[in-house]
Formats: sequence, structure tokens, C-alpha cells
Amino acid sequence: MSDIERADEAHGQPGTTLAKPEGGVPDRFENPGLPPHKHRMGDTDPKAAKRAEHQVVFFLLLSMLGSIGIIVSIIAIKYDGSFDQVSLSTKAIGLSMFLSLFALGIGAVHWAKTLMPDDERIDMRHRQRGTTAEREEAVNILKEGAAEAGLGRRPLIRNTLIGALALFPIPAVFFFRDTGPLPGNDLSTTMWKADTYLVKDPEGGRIRAADVTLGSVMHVLPEGIEELEHPLNEKAKSAVLIMRLDASLLTEKQNNWGVDGTVAYSKICTHMGCPVALYEQQTHHLLCPCHQSTFDLTQDCKVIFGPAKRPLPQLPIAVDDDGYLVATDGFSEAVGPSFWERG
Amino acid sequence: MSTIDKTVNQAAGGVANFADDTVGASKVVNGFARKIFPDHWSFMLGEITLYSFVILLLTGTFLTFFFEPSAAETTYQGNYIPLVGQHVSEAYDSALRLSFDIRGGLLMRQVHHWAALVFVAATVVHMARVFFTGAFRKPREINWVIGVALAMLAVFEGFTGYSLPDDLLSGTGIRIAQAIILAVPVVGSYISFFLFGGEFPGVDFIPRFYTIHILLLPAIMLALIAVHLMLVVVHKHTQYPGPGRTEDNVVGFPLFPVYMAKAGGFFFIVFGVIALLASLVQINAIWAYGAYDPSPVTAGSQPDWYMGWLDGAVRLMPGWFEFTLWGFTFSMNIFIPTTVVIIFALGSAMLYPWIEQAATGDRREHHLLDRPRNQPTRTGLGVMALTFYIILWISGGNDIVAHMMSLSINDITRSLRVLVFLLPALAFVITKRICLGLQRKDREKALHGRETGRIVRLPHGEFIEVHAPLSDLERWTLVQHDTLRPMEIEDRVDAGRPDTIYGKVQRRLSKFYFEDRVEPVTPAELEASHHDHHGELEQAHADEIDRASNPAIGTSQTTHG
Repeated sequence: MSDIERADEAHGQPGTTLAKPEGGVPDRFENPGLPPHKHRMGDTDPKAAKRAEHQVVFFLLLSMLGSIGIIVSIIAIKYDGSFDQVSLSTKAIGLSMFLSLFALGIGAVHWAKTLMPDDERIDMRHRQRGTTAEREEAVNILKEGAAEAGLGRRPLIRNTLIGALALFPIPAVFFFRDTGPLPGNDLSTTMWKADTYLVKDPEGGRIRAADVTLGSVMHVLPEGIEELEHPLNEKAKSAVLIMRLDASLLTEKQNNWGVDGTVAYSKICTHMGCPVALYEQQTHHLLCPCHQSTFDLTQDCKVIFGPAKRPLPQLPIAVDDDGYLVATDGFSEAVGPSFWERG
Repeated sequence: MSTIDKTVNQAAGGVANFADDTVGASKVVNGFARKIFPDHWSFMLGEITLYSFVILLLTGTFLTFFFEPSAAETTYQGNYIPLVGQHVSEAYDSALRLSFDIRGGLLMRQVHHWAALVFVAATVVHMARVFFTGAFRKPREINWVIGVALAMLAVFEGFTGYSLPDDLLSGTGIRIAQAIILAVPVVGSYISFFLFGGEFPGVDFIPRFYTIHILLLPAIMLALIAVHLMLVVVHKHTQYPGPGRTEDNVVGFPLFPVYMAKAGGFFFIVFGVIALLASLVQINAIWAYGAYDPSPVTAGSQPDWYMGWLDGAVRLMPGWFEFTLWGFTFSMNIFIPTTVVIIFALGSAMLYPWIEQAATGDRREHHLLDRPRNQPTRTGLGVMALTFYIILWISGGNDIVAHMMSLSINDITRSLRVLVFLLPALAFVITKRICLGLQRKDREKALHGRETGRIVRLPHGEFIEVHAPLSDLERWTLVQHDTLRPMEIEDRVDAGRPDTIYGKVQRRLSKFYFEDRVEPVTPAELEASHHDHHGELEQAHADEIDRASNPAIGTSQTTHG
């Protein structure tokens, strides 16, 4: 059966057609038609109708009251930024707005439901699909037009047209070239290098190794970060945590890169870059509050739970002659979330 | 008639005359004013979506008058004392001024944010209604696809919006979004650098997100909403089955005046309720979070609710999905639960109308909605998808759950990793069985009438409950639907040939969808059931009918009945 023929076929939709075998019981039930209309109180009792009218008017008046309330609240309530005044003003304007809008809405809906006619009416539907004749006519028009354009006879034009149309949007992509620089090795490098001093985040100031007590944790940035043009960009890579614990709990590599049990680790989660800000002193675990990746400090910050894969990179530190903590080198690998070229 | 009435009438006549002369208004009125729309509470869900979008446009415009989309550093000197003197971005500064220095500013911000949450929520619930009632079937497939696209755009629109104030919470969200982009194989780093104008966070993303949020996405959404609504007019609204409702008519009330008043009034109700929420329930207290800084973070960071499920997917993914190969990093622990899940969810939702069409082999137009129970497999699949979504959503708050219930976050996460696969499958089976059970109940009711609560003792001592027969009107809703049989039993005109791959897939799907089924009562069955009994009392023997011998009930009857 061709596609066009199928359009006009009677489909036996429920409720529209009725297959009735000769003489016997029908295959399907017959649609009994619209139920008889039930009148509302207001349709038969003029008193009820009057009551409904009054109710609608009441709501519309209430709405007017709300609208005036908004104006009064805006003008009369002092807005000086104190929590109390802001809160009072917000509540007064907001509640008046609620009254103004909600009562108007309820009034309109109540009017429609109680007083406007509620007898159901019927529109007929028409199939989206055209009739066989309409479809054939459309096909003919398209064929005629295509013939007039000569698309069939001149395939060269047709093919180059397709090529031109396919190619023309592609340059649009290249207009975005200067929306940003190429990544280069920006994702793999930080400002930490040999002899960069550790300073406290956010107050600043170098850190004396002796001030880091056993069991403590400190938020750290590289010295000079605030002088950069975009300190936030660097903060998103260079933030570091130092923690001090019993040196015997640490591995040899950790102790070599640390000072007397004080070790420095990147604070940027290797999963999605949130700051790994929660340190559990008793278990020596670092927890990222965003997705709960958990790193074990005593195992060189290996991932022991959660969606992160890689350990937090350790920053090698030492003490200078004056007793301040200083980096002996930069990070040996890229910090933060993974990316394709990271390797 | 008073003089005022006369003047009003004359003025109205003049306006109408002018409108007709210039734009042919009479034809528009004739064509549209008395268009019939069917009535059902579930049809209001789409209205809520539309109205909250309008509210977003109105309040959003107000916000743009005061918001400064710039990452340039400034010193806060506004009314909110605790932050005075702090170095913040102009975006954060202006968002604070909007809240503390502009009368009604905080209210507008809160209305905007609440309306956004309601908008996405109403979108999802509206989609669920359309899905479970089969309103996506021919001829409305395209409108379903537009709807899915709108849902996705709504989520992106919401995300770009709450990222703008540049507070600590929104910055953390953007950091995570950037990691999602970085995890895209091959091009991730490049997309990130082009989008952020270099390294994260940089100074470009705020003005760029602003343009996307207030111009690009709203314009696309507005255009799609216009098409969405135009198609509703072209197709005419679907209606629930019932006496007098057919595939060829639409039964309801006229646009003018009934729906003008109802729908127009409902706009004000929605606006009013959102205003009420906004005035009483604080949302996104950016002054409490502080300005964005990549180094601190607060515990219990949560995105807006519609991003929660993706955050949950990310939280559940074990880290070992990341690997390196040929010197490149494959961050599958991030790429799969974000980009892949989004594409999979959208793709399967968009394709669903055609998947079901393959199973049914039915290309007829459908304007009568399905009662969800009459499509057990579809309803089961829908509940399965919702369950999957909800589990992911709960996973997005696994830390909150752990905290509230004093449980180990590790145990919760491990359990959820299993449950995210187990519960949706279970939900599918249970939902399908419930639907089949409800259909059997419908059959019982159509055949034997409803229970009256009258208990009678028969002479031989048996107690029975008397059943009252249904009227034709009452019965119709229970028996009007079609139940398709698998193509193995009953081939269909529109099905592909059985020897083609498509035809084979189609037959598999058809079996999956319709093997278990309960067919509606036919007149012959009703007659037979009446013949079995004489008089009212005997109708109570309904339960004793040998249902297993009924050919209209599918295999489920013997295996699970």
C-alpha cells in the first residue's frame, strides 16, 4: 500500500468508527456521547449568581488594595540597607504584590468558573495530513518547480550549491579564534618555583616553620601572588595546604619534601578543582566538600574514596636560614582537574 | 444606556474598526476567539511554565538596569556593613547594591530566582504529564522534541543566571563547569580557554555569560516557545478520553471569554504565589557567601536543584574511570556522568516518540490521551527514568543526607552506586505490574459494576457484596482504549517487513511493550457476564468467573495473575 493511499484509510480509531459485524454484538463499545449538562447553582438560582458576582468584586477590590499597598510600601518604608529595614520592605512590597496579583487572578478565575457559561462545546478536528489529492498536487508543484530550476538537468549547479551551502557556516567557527589564547602550558604550570616563600592565606606574611604546631593545618599561597595582574587565576592553581603531623607517619618521599613532619600539598582537587579544604586531624584525611573525594595524607595524599583519580601533588619545601618555609621547587606535575593533554 | 456606556461602546467600536481596517482583525477574531480548549488540571502545568517564563522576562529586565556584568575589581562601599571596604568584582558589588540599596531590588532578585526554580520544575512536571499521557504521539512528535530542547535550554539558562553574581557559591559552580569542559576529550582545554578568555576564572566569563543569559538563550527560547504554542493551535489541544470525546473533536470551553479569564487569571495566580515565596523565603543570600575566591569553599555546597542530578552522577562515579593512554588523559570519571549522561538523557527523550512508534507500528494521529495505566510499559519506562533521576538527585546531596541522618558518607555513596541501577529496574517492574493491576480492576468494574458496600447473606450461608452495574457513560472511560497485541500475533499496516533489520527490531520492541497486556472489555464479554448471572444478587459472583480462560487477557494473566 502506498504512503498516499494510507492517508485516507479509515483507521478505526476508538470512538470514531464502529465495527459492527452483521447481526451480532459490536466488537467495541459505542461512544455514548456527551453526558447531560449539570447546571451550577448560579445557573438556576439568581441569588447564588448574585453571591458569586459579589465574591468576584470582593477579590478585585482586594487586588486594588494590594496594588496601593505596593506603592505605599515603596514610598513609606525606609530602605537604608539595614537587615531589618530591607527585610521589612521586602515583606511589605512582596505581600502587597501577592495580594494585588493573586486576588486579581482568583477573581478572574472565579468569575469564569461561576458565571461564564460552563456548557461544553465542540470543535471538530482535521487531520494534519493532506488528502490524497492535496498531497499529489503538492508533489506535482515541487516536481514542476524543480524542473523549472533545472536541478535534475544541471547536476553541476546542484552539487556545487550543496557544497557552497555546506561550507559557508564553517568559517563562523573561526571568528571565535580570539575569544581566548591557546592553552599552551598554562594548565600545567603554577607560580611556585625554587625559593618562592609560603605566605598565609588570606592575611599574608611568611610562615615560620616553628609556628606550625603538630596537628595543625594552614592555608597557604605563594609570596607575590597579590602583585600579579590576575591573582584569582593563579589562586585557582597555586593554593596550598600545609599540615604538620608526626614524621614517622609519613613516607620517606614525603619527609624528604617536607620539614620536620610539615608537608605542603596542592589544595586544588584533582577531580574538578574545588579547594580541598576539610582536614580531619585524627584520621589525617583531606576531604573535598564538592564531591567528597578523600585523600589520605599518610599515603602521599592517595585517593581513598570518591570520584577523584590522582593524588594531590606535593610541593617540596624547606626552611631558610631565618626559619621561614620556602619552596625548593615547583610542583612536579600539573595541579587541579585532569585535561586531555595532561598525559 | 448611560452616556458612559455609550462613549465606551463608541471608543471600542472605533478601535475594532481601525484594527480590522489595518490588520484584518475580524478574521483573527473569527478564527481564534471561539477556539475550544479542553479542561483538565494537568493542562495547567504547561501554563505555569509559560507564565514563570514571562515573569522571568519581566523581573530579569528590571535586574539588568542595576546589574554590572564585569569582573573588574572595585571596593564595596554600599549599605551592607559587613562587606564594606572589601575588594570585590563589579558584578558582586552591583548584585549587593541591588539587594541593599535599591527599593524592591532584593524582592525582584528573589522573584527572579524563585521564578527560575519554578520554571524548570514546571517544565519537568509538564514533560512528565505529556509523556505519561502519550501526548507526544503523532502528530505532536516535533512539539515534544521542541519541548525537550526547551527543557535543556532552561537548565543552561538557569545555570548561566545563577553564575552571574560572582559570589563564592556561584564561582564554585563555574569551577566545576570548567572541569566538565576540561574533561571533554581532545578539545576540552581549547574550549575552556576560548570560553573563559584564558585561564580560569579570568575576567571575561561574566560579561560573556551575561550576554548568553539575557540575550542568546532567552531569544532562542522565546522563538521555540512561540513555535511550541503555534503547534498547539495547529494541532488543537489533546483531551482525556470520556463520553463524547473522540479523535475527531475537541470538547471544552471557548478561548473568549472563558479561557481568557481562566488562563489570564491563572497568570496572576502564578505570579502572586511566586511573589509570596519571594517575599517570605530567602533565596541565594549572596552577601552571606562572600565574593568568589578559588581558594576557600563552604561545606555542603549545593547547586540549584535542576543541576543536582548531574552533580550526583559525578559524585557516584568511581575515580578509576580516569585513565591515560598514548600520552593523553581520558577523564571518563567526569566526562561520562556529565557530557555523556546529558547527551544520552536528551537523545533518548527526543527519540522516544519514534522508539514507541517502532514498537506500536502505529502512525495514526492520536488526540485522545492515554490513561497512564493503559500503557503499562511506557508508564513503567517513565517511572524508571524518573527514579534514575531522583536517585542521582539524592546522590547530589549525599553529604547533606549523611549529615542529617548521621550516617557514613562512604556507605551512602556506595549504596547509591548500586541503587542507581537497581531501583530504576525495580521501579519499572513494579509500575508495570501496578498498571496491569489497575487495568484488571477496570475490567472487573466494567464487567460487574461497582461495589455498593451492601453485604447480603445467601440462603446457603454465603456472604456476598452486591455490585451495581455501571451506566454507559461511566463504563465508556474504562473500555474506550485500544490495547495493541504484539506483532507476532497481529501484524500491522505500518510495520516494517519482518525480514529487514528494522522489522526484526520492531517485532522485539513490540513484544517487549505488549506481551503483558490486559485488553478492555468488549460488548460480547459484557453480555456473556450478564448471561452468567440473573438478577442483581448473582452479579456478586463476579469474582468466580474463570478469568484464566479469557482470551482477551495476555500472558501476564497466567504467569502473574
